[in-house]
Amino acid sequence: MQKELFDYILRLADNSLIHGQRLAEWCGHGPVLEEDIALSNTALDFIGQATNLYKYAAELEGQDRDEDQIAFLRDADAYFNLILLEQPNGDYAFTMARQFLFTMWYYLVLEQLTNSKDSFLSGFAQKSIKEVKYHVIHSRDWILRMGDGTEESHQRIQSAFDSIWEYTPEMFEMDDLEKQMSEQGIGVDLLALRPTWRSQVEAVLQEATLTTPADAWGHSGGKRGRHSEHLGFILADMQYLQRAYPGAKW
Amino acid sequence: MSNRDWPLWEIFIRSKSGLSHKHVGSLHASDAEMAINNARDVYTRRQEGISIWVVPSSAISASAPDGKDFLYDPANDKVYRHPTFYEIPPEVGHM
Repeated sequence: MQKELFDYILRLADNSLIHGQRLAEWCGHGPVLEEDIALSNTALDFIGQATNLYKYAAELEGQDRDEDQIAFLRDADAYFNLILLEQPNGDYAFTMARQFLFTMWYYLVLEQLTNSKDSFLSGFAQKSIKEVKYHVIHSRDWILRMGDGTEESHQRIQSAFDSIWEYTPEMFEMDDLEKQMSEQGIGVDLLALRPTWRSQVEAVLQEATLTTPADAWGHSGGKRGRHSEHLGFILADMQYLQRAYPGAKW
Repeated sequence: MSNRDWPLWEIFIRSKSGLSHKHVGSLHASDAEMAINNARDVYTRRQEGISIWVVPSSAISASAPDGKDFLYDPANDKVYRHPTFYEIPPEVGHM
């Protein structure tokens, strides 16, 4: 039971950590000062969420690892984030498309988790959903502005959605662990969220004069620790300090 | 270059304990909605506010610095304009 819950928490935590790390790469490189700050705020929201989740995971594990060791001292195949989130930032359109598709999904997940039988998770969801609500608004605004903007912005955001779409099915994948957590009233029935997510996404894309890509083949494996080649590079960046100077603190 | 920038907005924030909105700075945004979102990100990160106003900078008219002599100097010797000659009853509260 504890082991399953631990693994489930890691999935959520790794999503937040890897997503936060990717967004943080924009710090100092945003298209305008205001967006630079907005995205750095968002990155820190996710790192903060990850910190809380890892702390809880460490508690569940009951060994000597703390949240930093769990976050920084695993190898790529022990990370369970969605493959979507480790994809490189690309241009601002791609980052916003990824942000929008993920946070629309994450909002629905958190909404369900507020009723989780696990009291930590329900508290975590109630707190985090306020942050994610803004992430949805912020990215949706950009989808509308780019889609309904100039010819170039329209083309860029459309091709971002076209290329990223194949990473979305994984968000709704129900493997044994997801099923077990959902049946116990701790986790979420992801499949049940799909129609809502799909119609909400479609409505925004339509308003933005964009075409929702057709569902087809999708990447899978992140939840089992099988990742794209990009995760290794993220971890090299992230873990360098802890690997080179184990236990370093400041 | 300036043609490519978004319009400038002046940002006013009302803090939790504050009675009125205070000018906190300015930022660029393409419209009012974006200006409010940007203000949220730039100026309310440390719980500074509970209400945001955004005003296009171009809508602000300012007094000219060289009007100083007739605008402000005449107030210098009007000490009777300060409410220092009587006591405010405590029931009045904040003035």
